Amino acid sequence: MHDEKREIVFPSQILGDAKSNKAGKGTFIENGNIISERLGILNKNSNYLNVIPLKGRYEPVVGDFVIGIVEEALSAGWLVDINAPSPAFLHTEEVPWNVDFGATEKYLNSGDSLMAKVLKIDEQKKMQVTMKDRNLFKMNDGNIIEVEPSKVPRIIGKKGSMISLIKKYIRCRIFVGQNGRIWVDAKPENIERVKQIIDKIESEAITFGLTNRIEELLKKDVRNVQE
Amino acid sequence: MKSDINLIDDNGKRLDGRGIDDLRNIKIEAGVLHRANGSCYLEWGGNKVLVAVYGPREAIPRHTQNSLRAIVNAKYNMAAFSVEDRKRPGPDRRSKEISKVISEALEKIILTEQFPRASIDVNIEVLDAEAGTRCAGLTAAGVALADAGIPMKDIPAACAAGKIAGKVVLDLGKEEDNYGDADLPVAISPRTDEILLLQMDGHLTLDEFNQAMDYAIKGCHIISEIQKKAILEKYQPKMEGQ
Repeated sequence: MHDEKREIVFPSQILGDAKSNKAGKGTFIENGNIISERLGILNKNSNYLNVIPLKGRYEPVVGDFVIGIVEEALSAGWLVDINAPSPAFLHTEEVPWNVDFGATEKYLNSGDSLMAKVLKIDEQKKMQVTMKDRNLFKMNDGNIIEVEPSKVPRIIGKKGSMISLIKKYIRCRIFVGQNGRIWVDAKPENIERVKQIIDKIESEAITFGLTNRIEELLKKDVRNVQE
Repeated sequence: MKSDINLIDDNGKRLDGRGIDDLRNIKIEAGVLHRANGSCYLEWGGNKVLVAVYGPREAIPRHTQNSLRAIVNAKYNMAAFSVEDRKRPGPDRRSKEISKVISEALEKIILTEQFPRASIDVNIEVLDAEAGTRCAGLTAAGVALADAGIPMKDIPAACAAGKIAGKVVLDLGKEEDNYGDADLPVAISPRTDEILLLQMDGHLTLDEFNQAMDYAIKGCHIISEIQKKAILEKYQPKMEGQ
C-alpha cells in the first residue's frame, strides 16, 4: 500500500487499470485506465483510487461550515465570497436577525466576515449559505488566516486533534472554515503564534507524525514564554 | 524571401549548431508567483515566458458566463522590450489571434464542465522573444494550469517544425523563422496525441508536411517529459521534508 510513501501525481498520469481498481475523486476513466485529472497525492482506499489535490479552489459541499466575506448587500440578501468559483447567496430568511425588505445594509455590509453553513448547491453550482445553525455569527474582531483549502483536514487533525492541541497551548478562540479560511481571536502576540503554527502545518502537511512535532513545538514555545 | 545566410551548413548543422531534429534548450520552473493561483516561468532558447493562472473564479462581465461550463480566457501579451525594435504595447491583431487559438486549445483539455459560470484566466507574458513564442506560451500555460490545481485531461505540450533551406527541421530559431520557407506550430495532448493547435505559415508539400508533423509531435513528447519533471521537482522536495 501507499501508506509508507505518499506519491505525487500530475494530471494525465495513469494510476491503474479500471478492472482491479475503482475511480475515486479527482480521477477519470479512459480506455480502461484510471487517470489523474489534477495535481495531488495518490490515496488508495479499499479499491478506490483517489487524488487528494495539493492546490486549488474550495469545492463547496452541502453542510460544510465556511467563513465568508460579504461582497455586496442586495435587497433580499447578500452575496458572500466563500472562496468558491462563484459567490454564494445569503437570504434574509437565513440570518438570525429580522431584516426588513431593503434594509440589509443595516446588518451586513461589504467587507464583513461571517460564519456560515453551505445550505444548498444547484446543478449550475449556484450556492446558498445559511447562518441559522449553532454558533454561527458575524465576526467583529479577530483575524482571518487564509490557507489552501485542501490542507484544512490536516489543520483540524484527526477528530480535531490538531486544533485542540493549539487551543491547549495558546489562549485563543479559533474556527476553521472548510473553505481554507481560519478565524483566530486572541491577544495580538497569540494570533501571531497561531499564524506561525498554521504556516508550519501547511508547509509540512504531507509529512508523517506532524501532530507530535507540532506538540513539541508548542511545548517549547510555552517554556520560552515562562522563562 | 531569399537571403545570403546559409541556414544549414555543409555538415548538416544549423546556425546555432543544432542538428535537424534537435530542440533548443528548455528550462521550466513551476510556481514562481505568490499572488497567482498557479504560475510558470519558461526559458526556451532565447524565449522567456511568464504565465500566471487565476481561477476558476466568477466570469465578469456576466454575459460571458456559460451556465454549463467554465470559459477559458488566455491572454497573450508581448512586452515592449521583448523584440529588437520596441513593440508597441497593447493587444494587436497578432496577439489577439494567438490569445484566441491558445484559449481554444486549453478549453479542449481543461475539465470546464466542473465549473459552470466561472472563468479560468491565463495570462501569458512574453518577456523575451526569439521565434516560437506561441508554443512556448502554451507549454508554460500547461504547467501553470497544473500548478493551479485545475482539473484537466492532460498537460498540453507545443512545439514547432518548419522548413529551412529546403529541409524540414524541428523548432525554428529566430533567423530560421525569418528567412526560412515555412513554420508549423503544433500543440498536442501528449497522452492521446490529439491535436490542440495547428497553424501553418509558408508552403509545404504533403510529404514535407507529414515529415514536419512527425518531427513536431516527437518534439512535443520530449517537452511533455520536461514539463512533468518541472511539476514534480516543485512538489517532491516538500514530501521528503524530514
